Amino acid sequence: MASAEEVAKEAERRDIRDRWLLSAPALIIIFLAATGPLLIVVIYSFLTPGPYGGVVWKFSTDGWLSVLMQRDIFDDTLAFADAHLSIFWRSISLSFYTTVLTLFFGFPTAYFIATRPPKTREVWVFLVTIPFWTNLLIRTFAMQQVIRNEGLVNTALMALGIIKQPLQIMNTDAAILLGMIYVYLPLMVLPIYASMEKLDFRLVEAGYDLYAGRWQVLRRIIFPLIKPGVIAGSILVFIPSLGAYVIPRVLGGGKNMMLGNLIELQFGAGRNWPLGAAISITLMVLVMIALLFYVRNASGSEGAHG
Amino acid sequence: MSGNWIRLKSGRKNGVIVPEQPGKSAIDVRGVRKVFGTGESQVAALDTVSVSIRENEFFTLLGPSGCGKTTLLRLIAGFDFPSAGEILLHGQDIASLPPFKRPVNTVFQSYALFPHMTVAENIGFGLEMLGKPKAEIKARVAEMLKLVKMEALRGRRTSQISGGQQQRVALARALAPQPKVLLLDEPLSALDFKLRKEMQIELKRLQHETGITFIFVTHDQEEALTMSDRIAVMSSGKILQVGTPWDIYDKPAERFVADFIGETNFLTAAIASIGKGKVRATLKSGATIEATVAEGFQPKDNATVVVRPEHAKLTSGKGDLSGTVENIVYFGTDTHIHVRLDSSEAFTVRQQNTRSAGCGFERGDKVGISIGNDAAQVLRD
Repeated sequence: MASAEEVAKEAERRDIRDRWLLSAPALIIIFLAATGPLLIVVIYSFLTPGPYGGVVWKFSTDGWLSVLMQRDIFDDTLAFADAHLSIFWRSISLSFYTTVLTLFFGFPTAYFIATRPPKTREVWVFLVTIPFWTNLLIRTFAMQQVIRNEGLVNTALMALGIIKQPLQIMNTDAAILLGMIYVYLPLMVLPIYASMEKLDFRLVEAGYDLYAGRWQVLRRIIFPLIKPGVIAGSILVFIPSLGAYVIPRVLGGGKNMMLGNLIELQFGAGRNWPLGAAISITLMVLVMIALLFYVRNASGSEGAHG
Repeated sequence: MSGNWIRLKSGRKNGVIVPEQPGKSAIDVRGVRKVFGTGESQVAALDTVSVSIRENEFFTLLGPSGCGKTTLLRLIAGFDFPSAGEILLHGQDIASLPPFKRPVNTVFQSYALFPHMTVAENIGFGLEMLGKPKAEIKARVAEMLKLVKMEALRGRRTSQISGGQQQRVALARALAPQPKVLLLDEPLSALDFKLRKEMQIELKRLQHETGITFIFVTHDQEEALTMSDRIAVMSSGKILQVGTPWDIYDKPAERFVADFIGETNFLTAAIASIGKGKVRATLKSGATIEATVAEGFQPKDNATVVVRPEHAKLTSGKGDLSGTVENIVYFGTDTHIHVRLDSSEAFTVRQQNTRSAGCGFERGDKVGISIGNDAAQVLRD
């Protein structure tokens, strides 16, 4: 007869086996849909571009070198080129501003919703999610209609006599920023609201009771407690912003490219798949660095209190 | 309702008012009304309440849930504002001040400790917000930790300590800024029986040592009786009676007070004659007993007389009342004998137990009940 210990061990083994079985479908999908394609991208980045797109199976580091350099057409020498770098910079800075501004607008919105009576809260959350119902492209075109030279804003301002010339918003970085704030704001509001809803408002009362004014209560009590929501929201906004494609394409015109557009260019008209692949991986690394920074920042301040 | 005061103009955080002329009473509540909701759904949580709370007093607001005791506490703390009336702290009206400008601190029912701070940081928070120098905060926090015997756990997160310890931290945190008045909102209700008894003694000790006025809210009448200097019994947004525990228990003025505090027998009686502070009342059984009357009250022909179960005596012979034993309940220290009177009213007698003998009665026994002099009181109803 098996001892109790053996039975327990066997049960544990079975438990582990069941867990693997249950997670197998998810693992297969992750491999086929994420890891596999990613591997292909890495391989392509080390190949030679084909004449009409695609790749030729010949090892080359040119794809990677071209990320930040340019090969002279005449003497084949490599020289540093800032064209891509400026696109990297635009992507990072626009994503950063998008994150900061969505936080700026999203925090009060979330606070407002969280302090409503429970029934009304649901209505507000529902309203926040409405933009998700429409395709991103259509929403972006709608934004274009609002800000273009003959659009809603300019027509109204000119009719009111506030401006004589239409404001050039379209095809600028400001247009991209506006579009991204509009599109990503719900992604900031919802996680902050989720943590704010769990916030025990008696702690806020305790803060006031202990002589903290409104600003101090916000800074010393509310903010530290909803920080997980702020971090989640920032990640949810910053990362898709870095890879934004539709918004800069529609609102930024051809000149104000972001990384997503640059990658698309290489796989399309540029016919340089290895470069496109190399930039894609660079973007991924940037995202990972940003994530690490967030996570470290979050756990670091947590430690400061303990 | 928690956000009400936000609409008020706020000033400097250090603008906490300091009493100019300390009077006799710490808190004076004058004609305070508090109405929640609007229009049809309007509810008066407090209906024109007036009460004076003296300095260095352990004052208890006692009543069932929904009686308005917590509302009154929140008005004193500044989390809500009265719809009408004044709240004076040492003679100054504080009713419109936000909580961070009142030298009043609260121990919350749920403790409301800041989970992202350590025990010591929690205790020092109020002082920090008052802009006290670091050294002073450190010294005061150490003093408070010692006062509540929590020195060893100063660096712990509040989630890492037990309920009783959290309770002590909440107390220390509220006492650290040396408030003029400490408000306690059912602080012991989350503790188990033994810990609650310990904390009751602890609270009395703290109040004695600090000399701060305590306003204590509870629905537990026993807690109120054992801890308070004075008690205000509340019901439906009104204060029914204010007095010492002895007053409240032995001289309940109203039916609600008599019923809510301890156990009581209610008897209907006809007033036979009225003397000075005393009446002679004829009970349904025909017996006439002497009963005390609350000051300034003239009873009508018919009145309710109350007798505490321990002030009546069961006899096998004839007493002031007669009836049949319905039930006998053993309580360890004493035995409750439930008697159905011949007038069909219910009456309970509490009898002290002895070690050797039983209570001496059995279910179904015909018994008499004698009511001693000074055992009965006429209610003002």
